[in-house]
Amino acid sequence: MPAYQRMLDPTPNGLHSGESPLLSTVGLTKRYGDFLANDSINIDIWPKEIHALLGENGAGKSTLVKAIYGLIQPSAGEILWRGTPIVLSGPSEARSRGIGMVFQHFSLFDNLTVAENVALGLDGKESFRDMSARLEQVSKTYGLPLDPRREVWQLSVGERQRIEIVRALMQDPKFLILDEPTAVLTPQEADQLFLVLERLKAEGRAILYISHKLEEVKRLCDTATILRGGRKIQTCNPRLETAASLARMMVGGEIREVKSAASRQTTIPRLVVNDLSLTPEEAHGVRLQHISFELKGGEILGIAGVAGNGQDELFAALSGERLSKDPGTVVIEGIAAGHLSITKRRKLGAAFVPEERLGHGTAPRMKLSENALLTGHAASGMVSHGFIDTAATLETVDRATETFDVRKAKRDPEAASLSGGNLQKFIVGREILRNPAVLVVSQPTWGVDAGAAAVIRQALLDLATAGAAVLVTSQDLDELVEIADRIAVMFHGRLSEPLATRDATREKLGLLMGGSSLEPKEAAHAVGA
Amino acid sequence: MELVEAIILSVLAASTPLLIAATGELVTERSGVLNLGVEGMMIVGAACGFAGAWLTGSIFIGALFGMVAGTLMSLIFALMALGLAVNQVATGLALTIFGIGLSGLIGAGFVGERITPAAHLAIPGLTEIPLIGRVLFGEDAFVYFSIVLIIGVWWFLYRTRAGLILRACGDNHVSAHALGYPVLRIRTFAVMFGGACAGLAGAYLPLAYTPFFIPGMTAGRGWIALALVVFASWRPGRLVVGAYLFGAVTILQLHAQGWGVGIPSQFMSALPYLATVIVLVLLSRARTGGSTAPAALGTVFVPDR
Repeated sequence: MPAYQRMLDPTPNGLHSGESPLLSTVGLTKRYGDFLANDSINIDIWPKEIHALLGENGAGKSTLVKAIYGLIQPSAGEILWRGTPIVLSGPSEARSRGIGMVFQHFSLFDNLTVAENVALGLDGKESFRDMSARLEQVSKTYGLPLDPRREVWQLSVGERQRIEIVRALMQDPKFLILDEPTAVLTPQEADQLFLVLERLKAEGRAILYISHKLEEVKRLCDTATILRGGRKIQTCNPRLETAASLARMMVGGEIREVKSAASRQTTIPRLVVNDLSLTPEEAHGVRLQHISFELKGGEILGIAGVAGNGQDELFAALSGERLSKDPGTVVIEGIAAGHLSITKRRKLGAAFVPEERLGHGTAPRMKLSENALLTGHAASGMVSHGFIDTAATLETVDRATETFDVRKAKRDPEAASLSGGNLQKFIVGREILRNPAVLVVSQPTWGVDAGAAAVIRQALLDLATAGAAVLVTSQDLDELVEIADRIAVMFHGRLSEPLATRDATREKLGLLMGGSSLEPKEAAHAVGA
Repeated sequence: MELVEAIILSVLAASTPLLIAATGELVTERSGVLNLGVEGMMIVGAACGFAGAWLTGSIFIGALFGMVAGTLMSLIFALMALGLAVNQVATGLALTIFGIGLSGLIGAGFVGERITPAAHLAIPGLTEIPLIGRVLFGEDAFVYFSIVLIIGVWWFLYRTRAGLILRACGDNHVSAHALGYPVLRIRTFAVMFGGACAGLAGAYLPLAYTPFFIPGMTAGRGWIALALVVFASWRPGRLVVGAYLFGAVTILQLHAQGWGVGIPSQFMSALPYLATVIVLVLLSRARTGGSTAPAALGTVFVPDR
């Protein structure tokens, strides 16, 4: 791009006249074979700026930040640090220059302690003892409490993220990259994080903030750069945009609004859980305590809560991965099923979509048709006399592909070769095509781009409209508010009374997610504390 | 008394190659690499070690030959399993089969030759103490070195930054790479260390244990060393206990035959493996979370660039 055009690149908040940006990329290009992951991207990041990087999955956000952090070498173009071109041989060089990064998929070591994890992210010039002391000090200063001696596998997701952030902060970075930091946090935890980020900004640091959550970006960020298909679409001031206009730039068209049928017929109870209590199988699992709810046909019940409060255990108990001694605890279509296997529950008309796409929802190295068979063998006529009906399995793949717009390179690829959003569409589609009476789905749109998320949410709504009972566990409150009729919250293995969605404010849900009760007195107490 | 001392001495001698080889493999596995070629590296170490000592007349140079031979063997493994990302189990097994053949070839000319075995320490006044004198102050250099080695490895793994980085590679190579550590280079060094240890452990056999070389003289000790690492749940302290325990079992087996105890010798030979299986079961029963094995053990890593 010619120089004059670069000068026209808007600096939306107009605060930077006379200074040079902290970091710029000029024509940054990364090529993998024929595929252009980044196509000459120019981006300027100024001190005291929170700069959002927006884009769908595959838009090239990760590639760009990996290049800025020195993890990959750009094929062309350069990175300017305070106006001078630099070549980063690796992350440690990036860190030594003052570039820090907080990863989306945490780069932590489960079997090492918090202090050891932090030490690994530093250059090791100070002694372990000095480092531990500084760790405690930094975590106190920024209000991110951590016990340095605990091993990571013992910690909650929120705590793990704290390690990542503290680790990055201990290098005193001038420029910090955060990759989808709020994806796993409660609204209150996210608010806490925003306070930290505002403080970092006030200290004169720059932040590059990758997120899918547009409202959050509008609230927090000064500048937003939108990528699509490896190219930069625009740099703008997100506060002057609407969530819809940002989404349009990301997707390159209108996103389908998720539409709920005006009124749905709720009929007989299709999934009933009566006083379900289960001791965990693993020593650090969550004990389910007296969980009861009733889900009628045509209804969507949302279960909110911070990860690790028993959602996984509840899913296992409903799907039959864990059996209950008392058959009456789980009733599917009027039949006591607490003691029945997964297959028998499927035959009763239930379908299950677990949270983890690869490894739980699908066998990663097996083809889609084989994966379709794995959940459909009992009730979908893909097996005759013990032999696989290959045509029928392929047909299921084709139908799921067509109905749910699954994009893939060939007709029947390995599950692991699909992007997250497309694989999730396939998994949800595979179950919905079986016309289940009850669908239990966990984190249906976790890590899925906006377009695919809309398709999946619409499919869940349509399924409910058709009379099925749908149970959705999600950490995304906006999602639950959008599609659920009632929302209950899980905390420490207990399930709250479901609230009608119109009464379920973020504040109320947030309190329940933090373990407070909604009784007036206690709620007041919780706020005071 | 005499007999007890003799048994302790022979247990120490039998345990030392196990301890040295297993120490090397422990470091390799802690970095996330499963090298099943220990037996092959040991046997080549034994042949080259004997050749070196016979040609130069020096046990020390023989030991060096063994270590270099083991290291070269491990580099073949590193090239395949790390450089070319070939399946580690298959590569390790192939290395063992290759090593057994190669050692026969190298050692063919030395079968029937004898050397003077490694000298034993003798401190006047101390070595003559009954029962413990010869055990503590009358061993050969390999025995003392093996103790120094395992303490050094413990110190390295838990007290140095390099050791922390090595453990991090074994726990999660993706994270280690994301933080900028050269996972494959670190693993190559760990594999080489494992090879050097296995070569030394192999060389111990013709240089100190018996003063001659016979083909196949490692007789499965490499496999016991592998089992030992699992038995020790990848911890240096437990490795010492396990090595002497396994060594004692092999000696007990010989004595049991001598005394005419009615336990089949095959059962005694199987004991180390049986013990490993039982320990694995107990470990997984007692597990409270996290993983006892290095989480990335045996998995292929290809960095994206």
